[in-house]
Amino acid sequence: MTGLHARTALTLAALAAALAGAALLALMVGTRPLAPAQAWAALVQPDAADPAHVVLRQLRLPRLAAGLVAGAALGMAGVLMQAVTRNPLAEPGLLGVNAGASFAVVLGAFLFGVNDSAALSALAFPGAALAAAAVFVLGGAGRGGAGPVRLTLAGAALTALLMSLVGALVLVRTEALEVWRFWVVGSLADAGSRPLAMMAMVALAGGLLALALGAALDALALGEEAARSLGARTGWVRAGTLAAVTALCGAAVSLAGPVAFLGLMAPHLARALVGPGVRPMLLAAGLIGPLVLLLADVAGRVALPPGEVRVGVMTALLGGPVFILVARRMRLGAPA
Amino acid sequence: MTGLRAENLTLAYDRRIVVEGLTLALPAGRVTAILGPNGCGKSTLLKALARLIRPQAGRVTLDGEDIHALPTRAVARRLGLLPQAPIAPEGITVGDLVARGRAPWRGLLAGWSAADEAARAAALAATGLTDLAARPVADLSGGQRQRVWIALALAQQTEHLLLDEPTTWLDLPHQIEVLALLRRLNREQGRSIVTVLHDLSLAARFADHLVLMAAGRVLAEGTPEEVLTPGALEDAFGLRALVIADPVTGTPLVVPA
Ligand SMILES: Nc1ncnc2c1ncn2[C@@H]1O[C@H](COP(=O)(O)OP(=O)(O)O)[C@@H](O)[C@H]1O
Ligand SMILES: [Mg+2]
Repeated sequence: MTGLHARTALTLAALAAALAGAALLALMVGTRPLAPAQAWAALVQPDAADPAHVVLRQLRLPRLAAGLVAGAALGMAGVLMQAVTRNPLAEPGLLGVNAGASFAVVLGAFLFGVNDSAALSALAFPGAALAAAAVFVLGGAGRGGAGPVRLTLAGAALTALLMSLVGALVLVRTEALEVWRFWVVGSLADAGSRPLAMMAMVALAGGLLALALGAALDALALGEEAARSLGARTGWVRAGTLAAVTALCGAAVSLAGPVAFLGLMAPHLARALVGPGVRPMLLAAGLIGPLVLLLADVAGRVALPPGEVRVGVMTALLGGPVFILVARRMRLGAPA
Repeated sequence: MTGLRAENLTLAYDRRIVVEGLTLALPAGRVTAILGPNGCGKSTLLKALARLIRPQAGRVTLDGEDIHALPTRAVARRLGLLPQAPIAPEGITVGDLVARGRAPWRGLLAGWSAADEAARAAALAATGLTDLAARPVADLSGGQRQRVWIALALAQQTEHLLLDEPTTWLDLPHQIEVLALLRRLNREQGRSIVTVLHDLSLAARFADHLVLMAAGRVLAEGTPEEVLTPGALEDAFGLRALVIADPVTGTPLVVPA
């Protein structure tokens, strides 16, 4: 809150270093392992005739980029959701974003037989954005504006509705089920075919908006009345926060599918490391998110050779126990 | 027309009118206590004075200007409100919570300035919290925690400070500690203080000016001696009481009959 404490700056630097290490691993590990020197050479002096270089540049680099963007976006979106709802269990999916993306993907598969990764990715973003907008309108319509409880309820209701529609559609058509059951787990494997540059820009815009709202969200954390007497225009703060969440989650779900759990876990780890200030938390969660996602992705590549385990499965599988361990040791969630 | 005034104020939630036709001038540079039975509209009035709710009729003026014509941040630099139940974020330290009082003075992406640090240090010092700055708020006693919130309001550096029941839930020594602090801030820093209180005799002891409300109207206002009469207490609270001189301070002491 008071600018960055020195300890916070150190923590962020350590997280960034860890993330750099994870990124290097993500380039080296796979069915065709590369030595660090090879990976480096492929980056700075690519040789189109060398198959190792081709693997790195065409598969692993886009996959790494998608993991960085989606992980950072989910981590930051989780911080925003918990701040704006004042609910430690809030996570990006709560706003109906993932359900909206799921519905759009299944609808595309059902109506038009869409099944290639690029088209699914293109459907997921508008689905996510429309769902978030609907939740904001439903939760904020009428007197009183969008309070945390109303938003949460509207998100839960829309999620239930959309998921029941998804269930109905995949029951009717097996092709849609096939498409959906792979998409819904979340994966970085198809990153090369997804709109990476565009979604990176969308996520960047969301991230900058989030950082700009940090101070106002710090005020909002003290309660509605305290926030307003500190000069925060709470209605606008909520609207801006939801716009940022939509951009961040929409980008993440478009690039990686609905990766579960990361958006809940990253904010809690961030709070334990840098305290409850929203801006330091955004920065920390923006590093923890991709760190966990990349490590889970790397683990998924070596877990069951010769195949690989999708990153959505690995995040929950590895993240869950680690999170519980950390939560017990650091007494996360306990009144300090 | 300096200070905070309510002119012919009507306040309602939806269509239910809670305060009607209330006119009140809060004396600048004084400690004012607002008294009255539960549900009579004290918190509602305080919220209207702090620009948190828009009146259905009438207006609130700050130095003669309609408070709703002023920008949110401009008001937040002149007038602070400590609500009845503010929320301390999980795991926050005293120093970081008090720092949040600087919000109306900080730019969108501006860092923590020397002025911010000076304001925080002064607020911590005035509330005797300097040594506790690094402690988590959750570890403090109720009285210390209330001082933290007051320190946050002080760091906001507003000339007017409104507090909603800052002593409720505190034991008697802590109530006195908080009220003495408020009066000291008024005397030493010249801040105008308006606070909702429940204990009539303590209000008489620590406030310069009392406002007695009932059913959304002002029944009496003035010095403690003028306001705390058996007749007014009967009208406001339906309370039959004796009012005698406090043997320690000479201010009115209410003794229920
Ligand atoms: N947010 C609200 N919505 C609807 N009615 C309210 C609200 N807040 C207070 N009231 C009602 O307005 C009246 C005055 O309440 P309040 O100003 O809180 O009284 P006091 O602070 O004097 O106890 C009460 O009858 C209360 O039920
Ligand atoms: Mg009240």
